[in-house]
Amino acid sequence: MLHITKRYPGVVANDDISLDVRAGEIHALLGENGAGKSTLMNILYGLAVPDEGDVLLDGRPVEIDGPNDAIHRGISMVHQHFMLVPVLSVAENILLGDEPMANAILLDRAAAHRRIRELGESFGWKIDPDEPVGNLSVGWQQRVEILKALYRQARVLVLDEPTASLTPQETREIFEVLRRLRAEGHAIIFISHKLYEVLDIADRITVIRRGRVVGSRIPSQTDEDDLAELMVGREVQLTVDRGESHPREPMLVVAGLRVNDAKGREVVHDVDFQVRAGEIFGIAGVAGNGQDEMVEALMGLREVTAGRVTIGGWDATGASPRSLHQRGVGFVPADRHRYGMVLSFPLTDNLALNEYYHSPYARGMVRDEAAIRANAERIIAEYDVRTPSADVPGSSLSGGNQQKLVVGREFDGELSLLVLDQPTRGLDVGSIEFIHRRAIDRRDAGVAVLLVSAELDEILELSDRIGGMYGGRLAAVLDARTANREEVGLLMATGGREAVEAVQERAS
Amino acid sequence: MEFLYDLPAIGYVFQFIGWLIGVLPIIAPTIVAAAVPIGFGALCGFMNERSGVINIGIEGMMLTAAFVAWWTASLSAQLVPSTAFGPFGMSLPLLIGLAAAIGAAMLVSLVHAWLSITVRADQIISGTIINIFAVGITGYLNLLISQTAPPSAGQFRGLGLPSALTDLPLVGWLIDAFLDQGPIGLGLIIGIVVMQILLFRSRWGLRTRAVGEHPEAAETVGIDVIAMRYRNVIIGGVFAGLAGAYLTIEFGNSFQGEMTNGRGFIALAALIFGRWTPLGLMGASLLFTASEGIQRAVRFGPPEGPLGDFLSAIPTQFYGALPYLITIIVLAGVVGRSIGPAAVGQPYVREKRERRRTTVPAQPAETGAA
Repeated sequence: MLHITKRYPGVVANDDISLDVRAGEIHALLGENGAGKSTLMNILYGLAVPDEGDVLLDGRPVEIDGPNDAIHRGISMVHQHFMLVPVLSVAENILLGDEPMANAILLDRAAAHRRIRELGESFGWKIDPDEPVGNLSVGWQQRVEILKALYRQARVLVLDEPTASLTPQETREIFEVLRRLRAEGHAIIFISHKLYEVLDIADRITVIRRGRVVGSRIPSQTDEDDLAELMVGREVQLTVDRGESHPREPMLVVAGLRVNDAKGREVVHDVDFQVRAGEIFGIAGVAGNGQDEMVEALMGLREVTAGRVTIGGWDATGASPRSLHQRGVGFVPADRHRYGMVLSFPLTDNLALNEYYHSPYARGMVRDEAAIRANAERIIAEYDVRTPSADVPGSSLSGGNQQKLVVGREFDGELSLLVLDQPTRGLDVGSIEFIHRRAIDRRDAGVAVLLVSAELDEILELSDRIGGMYGGRLAAVLDARTANREEVGLLMATGGREAVEAVQERAS
Repeated sequence: MEFLYDLPAIGYVFQFIGWLIGVLPIIAPTIVAAAVPIGFGALCGFMNERSGVINIGIEGMMLTAAFVAWWTASLSAQLVPSTAFGPFGMSLPLLIGLAAAIGAAMLVSLVHAWLSITVRADQIISGTIINIFAVGITGYLNLLISQTAPPSAGQFRGLGLPSALTDLPLVGWLIDAFLDQGPIGLGLIIGIVVMQILLFRSRWGLRTRAVGEHPEAAETVGIDVIAMRYRNVIIGGVFAGLAGAYLTIEFGNSFQGEMTNGRGFIALAALIFGRWTPLGLMGASLLFTASEGIQRAVRFGPPEGPLGDFLSAIPTQFYGALPYLITIIVLAGVVGRSIGPAAVGQPYVREKRERRRTTVPAQPAETGAA
């Protein structure tokens, strides 16, 4: 009953893309960052107007004039970055913009609560409408987003990377919800770049690259390699061949580490682990379980309240970032815009941030521009940073190239330890592959690598040993050769106990 | 009770508290009167910050309104009959002055809204400009006008409550302090209650909170963030206008240069201390102005004994500075950190929604279609 066709030739963003989604179908839209997925969805949501082509709803061409109009026509979007107001309650978030009114001025809170409870109960969810959304887990926030769309009687539901920050268990639960909505006749557009998820949930898959539709598939007639090749335009190695590791002596030794967050609450409780030279130790964890604070404490950005950190025998507890760098510690921070680089600085200066103050980049108080430039051009070439020149500001690069810039700077030189915090978050498949391969290279050169990531695939692909961080504790440590997805997922979601039991069960 | 007073050292604290309870009914009207302009100023900041705009120009808006109220009132007193009618000693010139003050502050707010929302200028700079400009322009005009010395148009009077109400035991003095006020002072009491209800119970309040916390989320559910911010900042101007008018046509009946004397900034502190809620900011305003009342009480009826000598020995300037000291202590986070609207100070850039021109050269197929 529901047909959307969009033809939109012309500019680069979307080049003659046609997409139709039927009621009772989950249609996956697959593409790298910048392939034109967002533009297409913005058109559907009335945020952008196509130069050519039409949007058809129920077989009739419509002109969607802004989000309001889209909502009235039954189109709702769940954005990748949740569009929820943390301090507002669940009820307030859901009814915002479409409020039931008791009179001309005041809200009808009783009616709102009743409708939200009913909606939640239809899924078997117990929802407290008065709970502030900021107190909910990411998985529950996702559900609130979906309820928000259903409250608006959405018939077409667009989900933009809905599983980006969910554990596998939470993902499975959301998939259950989507399947139910499909059965109820909703048309669902599922945007993702996680291939196995797309294969799992979608009825049809449309792949776009550089603004064009490059292929459509049905899950039963395709596989991950086929989709990846369509998406990137060349054959990609989805799993980097990491080879055997040859770990040597312990390089980073963390003992009894305790760290407080900005509000003074302890968020890292008595954490012990070692990273040996020549191995990658992966710490998996959903955001907000203390990893950020732990990494900051290790890197001299946050006070260590208790415990000891040694790097190659040197007491690095509370060491300054500069002294860490001088001892051969490379650090790729999670937030490249805030900590990794200075967006307004040219690439030359960004690549000299660690060592600008000494020879050969400075002579006394005077910078040596030639040396800074030579260094920058060398790293740009070596790490395949795509840029018109070394003089453009960091902000002009794409996310993938910004990260390659940071990686190039931190991987450079004689290293003893590399700390990678979410090193590929939000990057395209090509950049991820590149960064992963470089990380393996450094490991093979004998560097100890600590990888902290919320991306299960990344952890599984790179790590030689895997720890799970949950509620500020590091519980079980698994051997990557024997661990599987499910177990690492449990490690992230429950802090290990269940994961360990699962491993034991399998062994017995 | 008496034995508490005789405790060493700490006895003085009890003596002070006992004395304070005794004099509170007497100094309460002073405290409330001083809190009116601060409360209104804070309401102005409330309207701004709740919708995501910083306004440090409250001081300037109040000063402008104070001048305009006084000046238009005394000008119109020469043109229209100024006979009083109805309650509050209301007269046509006073009403004209009040309306003009509100209009002037709304106009200044419009400038602030335009700079902050449309131009996306630095909101601190915009507020600073308003403060500096207001001091200059009101000071200059006052200088010009005072040479011809226009007669004052007088001022609003209190409501005048029957003594049956104000003499009630226990609550009589509260009724007297809060309700026996002129129209602007009463307006604040009503305004605080109404805004408190609207903020948490109305569609407007919900949308305002959303716009101040997460404008993108508001926009995706079809709320016009830009319009919402404009509207709220300009309504904020109404409150700044009332704060200014209070000083020159209700509390007093004359204008002096820079007479707002930092009240706009104390209002900002009250807003923060009151955690961005109307009831909270009113409470904070009263706390800040309590020192003024205490100073008077010390002058006219100090407690007996060494405590009274001590309080009397404190220079009056210290009492004058007390609100500012409290403000500093509050802002330093001593009374717990208070967290404001998340999007405050960040201009909102709406996603492009206009139709783009096709940049592709015309193709044969397309010319056929035209």
